[in-house]
Amino acid sequence: MIELKNVSKTFTLHNQGSAVIEVISDVSFHVAPGECVALTGASGAGKSTLMRMVYGNYLTQFGSIRIGDLDIVQAEPREIIALRREVLGYVSQFLRVVPRVPTLDVVADPLRALGVPAENAQARAEDLLAQLNIPQRLWSLSPTTFSGGEQQRVNIARGFAHAYPAMLLDEPTASLDATNREVVLSLIEGAKTRGAAIIGIFHDEAARARVCDREIDVSAFTPELAA
Amino acid sequence: MTPLLSVQGITKRYGAHIGCADVSFDLYPGEVMGIVGESGSGKSTLLNCMAGHLAPDAGQVVFDTRADGPKDTVTMSEPERRMLGRTDWAFVHQHARDGLRMGVSAGGNVGERLMAVGERHYGDIRGKATDWLERVEIDADRVDDRPTTFSGGMQQRVQIARNLVTGPRLVFMDEPTGGLDVSVQARLLDLLRGLVRDMGLSASIVTHDLAVVRLLADRLMVMKSGRVVEAGLTDQVLDDPQHAYSQLLVSSVLQV
Repeated sequence: MIELKNVSKTFTLHNQGSAVIEVISDVSFHVAPGECVALTGASGAGKSTLMRMVYGNYLTQFGSIRIGDLDIVQAEPREIIALRREVLGYVSQFLRVVPRVPTLDVVADPLRALGVPAENAQARAEDLLAQLNIPQRLWSLSPTTFSGGEQQRVNIARGFAHAYPAMLLDEPTASLDATNREVVLSLIEGAKTRGAAIIGIFHDEAARARVCDREIDVSAFTPELAA
Repeated sequence: MTPLLSVQGITKRYGAHIGCADVSFDLYPGEVMGIVGESGSGKSTLLNCMAGHLAPDAGQVVFDTRADGPKDTVTMSEPERRMLGRTDWAFVHQHARDGLRMGVSAGGNVGERLMAVGERHYGDIRGKATDWLERVEIDADRVDDRPTTFSGGMQQRVQIARNLVTGPRLVFMDEPTGGLDVSVQARLLDLLRGLVRDMGLSASIVTHDLAVVRLLADRLMVMKSGRVVEAGLTDQVLDDPQHAYSQLLVSSVLQV
């Protein structure tokens, strides 16, 4: 489902002496449907960078990243937009929303974008928020005022609203208590069972051991910093 | 898929000075394109050339018309272009007073656009105007008040209602949230996003506010000195800018 071939990335910092930093070099791996692959490595090794390259918000200079039939590296913006709407889900570490929009609408939004009728999208959102123990009295409020853990759970609910065939999870269990961590892990297991291909970053080793089938150490692909 | 709008090589000079030079891009149905850059970078010149308010010195603006398919709006006749301007196109000005008749009631401002496309039944026009004012969160009992009695944020919402009442397919916006305080901006952003999704609008938004484009735009063009220096997915341009100027622009934003 997700296939990386000889992928490399450099950052060129034009305003800092045109420094060229090679951050990822020659990564190849493959994630099958129903499989969860963990990216590991010390902080700064390039786990999130690699994940963002797969999502397409970081440009890739060399190689190919195929998700389904689309090569993210070569694709037109509108193809990536459609891919993100239908195929590729991403749970980032930060919730980014329009202020003032109720939590329920934030979670239902990915489904509404797919043309799911408002009632059905809302029902799905309610179900997920209840599973993730967000108190019902908060549903009509904007998540911008929520605590870190609550925001993280809203973000996860939003990411799991649509049954994406491919998913990227950046620290989904960070800042969660034991109960909610358990809910998130079972959501991930559910996604695997329905055949989603998942790439995840987990600092939580027990969680990683439980849901991930393989580990890829990103430090193996991180060249020494070159000035 | 046919692009809704295909801009090819648009160039506009002010004497020896370049307004914008050789700008090309395609906008597809349902897409929102953000145009950012510092003041004087040619953003508004480009938008005005696209919307037919300025005649470009070179280039084409091909719009996929309902009746005849793709047509160059630069060379089309003035009446045809004006017709587009009040049916399939809408233009939201930065200052609401540029897009409204200040001496006519809010309902009249919205209704005027309906009359321009042939609606004649007073009750229907008033009904639709009231409906649209409510959609932009203006109380129905203000329908007979003039925009001069409204706050800046309310005027901006009346302007949006006036523009969207005829069900346009393409909306040009010039700093739609500029000059409004932050809470009003958030209201307006929320409103615009909902309208874009529910009506399947395409839009082209000029702004210097990167937070606004991140929330509203699917794609982004960065302009400097009249030229497009970088274009791509909004989050890609903001998270991994390639051009020196885009990097400077993104890194200059104050964190809130």
